[in-house]
Amino acid sequence: MSRKQPISTSSEWTFELLEAYDREIARVAAEYKLDTYPNQIEVINAEQMLDAYSSVGMPVGYKHWSYGKQFISLEKNYSRGHMGLAYEIVINSNPCIAYLMEENTLTMQALVIAHACYGHNSFFKNNYLFKTWTNADAIIDYLLFAKSYIAQCEEKYGEEEVELLLDSCHALMNLGVDRYKRPQKLSMREEHQRQKEREEYLQSQVNDLWRTLPSYGTDGDEKKEQRFPEEPQENLLYFIEKNSPILEPWQREIVRIVRKIAQYFYPQRQTKVMNEGWATFWHYTLLNTLYDEGLVTDGFMMEFLKSHTDVVYQPPYDSRRYSGINPYALGYAMFTDIRRICEDPTEEDRRFFPQLAGADWVKTLHYIMENFKDESFILQYLSPKVIRDFKFFSIHDDDKEPVITVSAIHNDSGYQAIRESLASQYNLGNLEPNIQVYNVNRRGDRSLTLRHYLHNRRPLNDETDEVLKHVARLWGFDVRLESVDHDGRVELANECLAGKERKR
Amino acid sequence: MSRFVDRRLNGKNKSAVNRRRFIRRNRQQIKKAVDSAISGRSIQDIGNGEKITIPKKDLSEPNFGYDYGGVQDRVLPGNKEFNRGDQIKRPPSGGGKGRGNEASEDGEGMDEFIFEISREEFLDFFFEDLELPDLVRKELAAVEEEKFVRAGYTTAGVPTNLHVVRSMRGAMQRRIAIGGKYKRRLNEVEQQLRELEAENPSSDLIPELLEEMHFLKARIASIPYIDEFDLRYRNRVAVPMPSTQAVMICLMDVSGSMTQDKKDLAKRFFMLLYLFLNRNYEKIQLVFIRHHTQAKEVDEQDFFYSRETGGTVVSTALRLAHETITERYPPSKWNIYIAQASDGDNWDDDSPRCSEILINQLMPVCQYYAYIEIGEHSHVGTLWREYIKVDQTFSHFAMQRIEAASDIYPVFRALFKKKGVAA
Repeated sequence: MSRKQPISTSSEWTFELLEAYDREIARVAAEYKLDTYPNQIEVINAEQMLDAYSSVGMPVGYKHWSYGKQFISLEKNYSRGHMGLAYEIVINSNPCIAYLMEENTLTMQALVIAHACYGHNSFFKNNYLFKTWTNADAIIDYLLFAKSYIAQCEEKYGEEEVELLLDSCHALMNLGVDRYKRPQKLSMREEHQRQKEREEYLQSQVNDLWRTLPSYGTDGDEKKEQRFPEEPQENLLYFIEKNSPILEPWQREIVRIVRKIAQYFYPQRQTKVMNEGWATFWHYTLLNTLYDEGLVTDGFMMEFLKSHTDVVYQPPYDSRRYSGINPYALGYAMFTDIRRICEDPTEEDRRFFPQLAGADWVKTLHYIMENFKDESFILQYLSPKVIRDFKFFSIHDDDKEPVITVSAIHNDSGYQAIRESLASQYNLGNLEPNIQVYNVNRRGDRSLTLRHYLHNRRPLNDETDEVLKHVARLWGFDVRLESVDHDGRVELANECLAGKERKR
Repeated sequence: MSRFVDRRLNGKNKSAVNRRRFIRRNRQQIKKAVDSAISGRSIQDIGNGEKITIPKKDLSEPNFGYDYGGVQDRVLPGNKEFNRGDQIKRPPSGGGKGRGNEASEDGEGMDEFIFEISREEFLDFFFEDLELPDLVRKELAAVEEEKFVRAGYTTAGVPTNLHVVRSMRGAMQRRIAIGGKYKRRLNEVEQQLRELEAENPSSDLIPELLEEMHFLKARIASIPYIDEFDLRYRNRVAVPMPSTQAVMICLMDVSGSMTQDKKDLAKRFFMLLYLFLNRNYEKIQLVFIRHHTQAKEVDEQDFFYSRETGGTVVSTALRLAHETITERYPPSKWNIYIAQASDGDNWDDDSPRCSEILINQLMPVCQYYAYIEIGEHSHVGTLWREYIKVDQTFSHFAMQRIEAASDIYPVFRALFKKKGVAA
């Protein structure tokens, strides 16, 4: 390839230069078959970045004190220099919105464009989880609807009232997602019109459920009474939205909004390693291609590599800087290694990945990106070389034993165990307690019973009582939490009696 | 194709609403934090921003989650020495918390949320609906002094205010502006004349040019050197000068019966008063007068912390306060506030003297007099009985009893309640 003139030689950016870089990056990205939503790249300043940060990545957010808390602590850390701001935020929407910070140098802007606007963007558009669970076309509309709806409710029913409700919904946000059932697409244009009908319909449904007069028939009836719900329900917020005996229609709508937003973010929580790894792999590859073509200077590359190296650094477990496994580092290492296996496989690689060795790396990478999430990605593709490079080891920590045991290290007998163990570390089902709606006492005190299915005997944390109070606020009657252990033994773990806990 | 949008000029305070909501939600704690901040500070630097500490549990957004325990298998990077089957002692307390992936996400280990509120927010928390008595009157109605300040230049004025340099500069500008074109023409004419006289002395043009030259010279000469139009006078306007200075005289009993606890209570009271005055006056001077059987003016450190013993003669302090006012703080120039703290003890025959000094000497000159008595409610001293007389006579006298630190804030509010809000 013939050497061309570099796009720029200074580090000051201008809109013309940004466009020039974007053009070249887009051209190279297309050569690598990266398929993206159109980009909308917004340049903002540091204060606006703080704002964007504290609204947890929603470009339009409803008002809530918790975002204020987030903002205050970010602002404090930022102004004391404890924390640098992220270079970018990118939103899974169509067009894909990415924020660039004004303070970045031209090199950083190019890095961010490659990372966010082509890396993350193509991931959002093509990964199966995002395709199934989110609708990028409608999310901005929906957030706007949510914001204005909640603002209206505040006007009608008072800020306090809405705040209490949102607090409770937020407490259950993680249990507000469908894990297995495929959700309906967020179709927000109609949301507005349909919302009124839904209100009426919902209320009539609830009334139906509760209209059932207690029938004091024969005793036999009592025993045979069907549980409600018949099957345990995993989506707590959905269950409450549809069945809570005390919520007003507008309250159900707000529960729904929180639930929908939780669902929107659910894929992101399941693909941290892949998503960041993918974006990092591509900013590295795209900018290196530009360098090979002579479009960027040596100085540009030095600055770029410095940031890139910082991003993919993994401190060892005993370092003061260690705070878990760095998803950028792991994801980047894995994608890079998959490319290596395709192009230049060793004997070991052929043994572990016969189908990868010698395959077309671009196609392979795209296939993996489209069809996996963190858990399955690691289980399938964590190669021995990456395990050795990271010097991974796994430990077995049983609180009944006096010591922690090292169960596997980076050697032949350990690779598979480490893979499995690390993969399960990214299984949200293992990270979060499995709590489901088990029964509603329809004939008696209307109490709600939740069941926690224990996993590895792991106990719930001390926030459980507080969360139950929130459940009780949404449910209106007593709430019980039972725990079910490995052998199916059930015991009452926590209880929240509604009458006492109606206040904050 | 990507679209670039410059959003830098958009509003940046998107989060302000949420921040306000956060503050509102935590009013109680913030107020508490503000209150407790007082005890640690000296009177004068109380009016800064404040670091607010709120227990994290009060701010928690609870979620279902795992605690440490049960069986955990975890993968960690950076193995150096371990081999399969090695046994590691469980780290004490929390057992490895803060190491594993999950633990580090929620295990921040800090149980307090700390942030700063600005000076304005800090003060607002104190003085929401407080106002000093008669302050408005003093500020708005009783402006006694006016000060002349410069305000540019005018075209009319008295001769003493004439600004010579400005006037001359104006005159010169005018002369150049009006005479410029004549001078230019004159130069041309003179030039032409010189040339003609050299080449063709008999030309007909010469008389014509001469005539024009005379005409131009006359024109230029007729421009006045200085005109009334040029004169500029210094302008001064009268600006009402509010009395922006106040003196706060703190009187405290330091006799043996005043324990350090009682003094601390008094200190808080003085601080609050200072803060409020500080918000309304540019300059505040503090005078500390302590007394037992004798009164003495001291500095802040001695005032609050030096130990004294002995009996109590309150009138000595009042007399000293009056002397200080007469010597250093003429009431025409100073807003005088007096705050007195005592445990109520006094020599019996001294108390009537106190009320006498108050009624005849201090009350007429001060803006406000606040007396707090620290001690049990049941015990009523002679001083209290005498002060009740003063209280009945003067509306700008206030007295309260306080027992514990928690009483101070309410007492303070009661003392300086906004007129019209109550009472």
